[in-house]
Amino acid sequence: MNTQANSFRTQPDERGHFGQYGGRYVAETLMPLILDLEKAYDEAKADPAFHAQFDDLLEHYVGRPSPLYFAERLTEALGGAQIWFKRDELNHTGAHKINNCVGQILLAMRMGKTRIIAETGAGQHGVATATVCARFGLPCTIFMGATDVSRQQPNVFRMKLLGAEVVPVTSGAATLKDAMNEALRHWVAHVHDTFYIIGTAAGPHPYPELVRDFQSVIGKEARAQMLSRTGRLPDLLVAAIGGGSNAIGLFHPFLDDPEVKMLGVEAAGHGLDKEHAASLAGGVPGVLHGNKTYLLQDEDGQITEAHSISAGLDYPGIGPEHAWLKDIGRVDYTSVTDDEALEAFQLLCRTEGIIPALEPSHAIAAVAKKARELPDDAIILANLCGRGDKDIFTVADALGVEM
Amino acid sequence: MTRLSNAFAKPHPALVCFLTAGDGDTAANLDALVAGGADVIELGMPFTDPMADGPAIQEANLRSLSKGTTTRDVLLIANEFRDRHPDVPLVLMGYANPMIVRGPEWFAAEAKGAGVDGVICVDIPPEEDPELGPALRAQGIDLIRLATPTTDAARLPAVLDGSSGFLYYVSVAGITGMQQAAVDSIEANVSRIKQSTDIPVAVGFGVRTPEQAAEIAKVSDGVVVGSALVELVGKHGEDAPAKILELTSALAEAVHSARG
Ligand SMILES: Cc1ncc(COP(=O)(O)O)c(C=O)c1O
Repeated sequence: MNTQANSFRTQPDERGHFGQYGGRYVAETLMPLILDLEKAYDEAKADPAFHAQFDDLLEHYVGRPSPLYFAERLTEALGGAQIWFKRDELNHTGAHKINNCVGQILLAMRMGKTRIIAETGAGQHGVATATVCARFGLPCTIFMGATDVSRQQPNVFRMKLLGAEVVPVTSGAATLKDAMNEALRHWVAHVHDTFYIIGTAAGPHPYPELVRDFQSVIGKEARAQMLSRTGRLPDLLVAAIGGGSNAIGLFHPFLDDPEVKMLGVEAAGHGLDKEHAASLAGGVPGVLHGNKTYLLQDEDGQITEAHSISAGLDYPGIGPEHAWLKDIGRVDYTSVTDDEALEAFQLLCRTEGIIPALEPSHAIAAVAKKARELPDDAIILANLCGRGDKDIFTVADALGVEM
Repeated sequence: MTRLSNAFAKPHPALVCFLTAGDGDTAANLDALVAGGADVIELGMPFTDPMADGPAIQEANLRSLSKGTTTRDVLLIANEFRDRHPDVPLVLMGYANPMIVRGPEWFAAEAKGAGVDGVICVDIPPEEDPELGPALRAQGIDLIRLATPTTDAARLPAVLDGSSGFLYYVSVAGITGMQQAAVDSIEANVSRIKQSTDIPVAVGFGVRTPEQAAEIAKVSDGVVVGSALVELVGKHGEDAPAKILELTSALAEAVHSARG
């Protein structure tokens, strides 16, 4: 057997499938667009000029590479393995989302598209999309569940400052899933001029692949930084999972390093036996939003509402590559409740002087459990994929503090 | 001959009418469609995330689901319809997940048992056909595919391959309930499609009035009306059957006499 066949890094296949997951489950109207996008992405991938432009923007506009940071006081406080963070919360706009938006808007312009749409939950992807649209002078419409519009006011205002139109979506439970439905509906009706920037490594092929590739800058940098700082690879990677883009971005460049274990952290909300957003732990495979993957659903295939204190994790599905990595056992997945995430949020504030977003707070909570189980010389590398400015109101509310 | 091919072999274009299962008194509403002269019935399977539907059909889906409609209920509605109307073709229309969640073979067998003639699945394009197509074909159920203004000449053969019953031409790039496309663009697209296939071509999306339906009937094998009927269920509740009968009769007369 050649090494290629043993690689975990050759997915998806030419039909966009990761094992049995992924694919292109879209209405016929969108199918030709998806095929165009695939062709454009294949050409861009082979074009050094595209990579040069992407790298240049990541360096000078986004502020990459992001630091690799040894969290000394957190390590001491937990008493176990060394904890290191990939500091993607220091990116322009405060999260990893911008990496993907830079890549996709370059692709949109290559394809001659003149307007951009996107869905957003917490508003981080909406802000990142509005940002690159302002940077390149393209009009932009962001679909956001009405519930999220009211609980994420600061990000709504940011998007508007950046010149985006924010459309509140009132259908369904008026959260991220409904925003994505509405973005797809809008796209179907504006096929010729509009590019849809999907915010996570999900949706119809080629989105899961291209979002992963753009976000893989996280793992590529981290791998090189870790080797140069410590002379070795980490023992365990940890990342939070909404749709799975920051996690796959960290994991993918390490998938063929057998000594590196990986842990994806889903949102257990009020608990796995109550309302939660852990589609791998509590879901079964199905089809939604253009791909086949694990979904929270009832026995009739009706999609059930997710819940997480973190709006960015509040989604009933997960990117198809994670579904595959779970089934083949290359990555482990666990989940963390709202309460555990809140505790981890406060722990990081006090030990490291870093206010994390609620999404990576889930990863930190899982890190805290793992660190205690591992020896002092083990290295855990977690993705600090967003900063917590956007979440202070939610956290204050959860802690019963009046602001 | 199947029930569907009979419907399209009549000496006039076919009127195809859509309602969402479990919305209002579905049995009475379906009977009104038949009494009004509908040639083919499309029964929508409610789904939490109807991504290709506009507000009218979205709301019908939610009304139905909030009453607790299950897949079993939908199949029962179909089965009872078949008992009352042995000759009227019945097509289930919906989204992939409820159709495949218990396995496509389960769904195809149950649909067959309920007397269903065809299935339209919005989000399974030819590229993902193995997910549903083989199971339906094994039961002799027609898989009715959609063609759209974005389906170009290069794609059309793939769409037609494995399609049977009729082809549903979606006249606008958009969601249900939007405005109708210009008739000349519909005519051009339908005649382009008909050069590549012998199966009938029905046209839908945005058709609301008898006048519009007559125009389209002149250039196609059938006309599909959905949102305008579904809105009557939302608006009139228990009194919907009479309103549905009225609109369907007017549509049927317009469609059936369109070619003089
Ligand atoms: C900071 C942050 N982390 C994580 C996520 C979850 O997305 P993903 O799983 O695609 O990284 C979000 C989504 O909004 C986010 O804002």
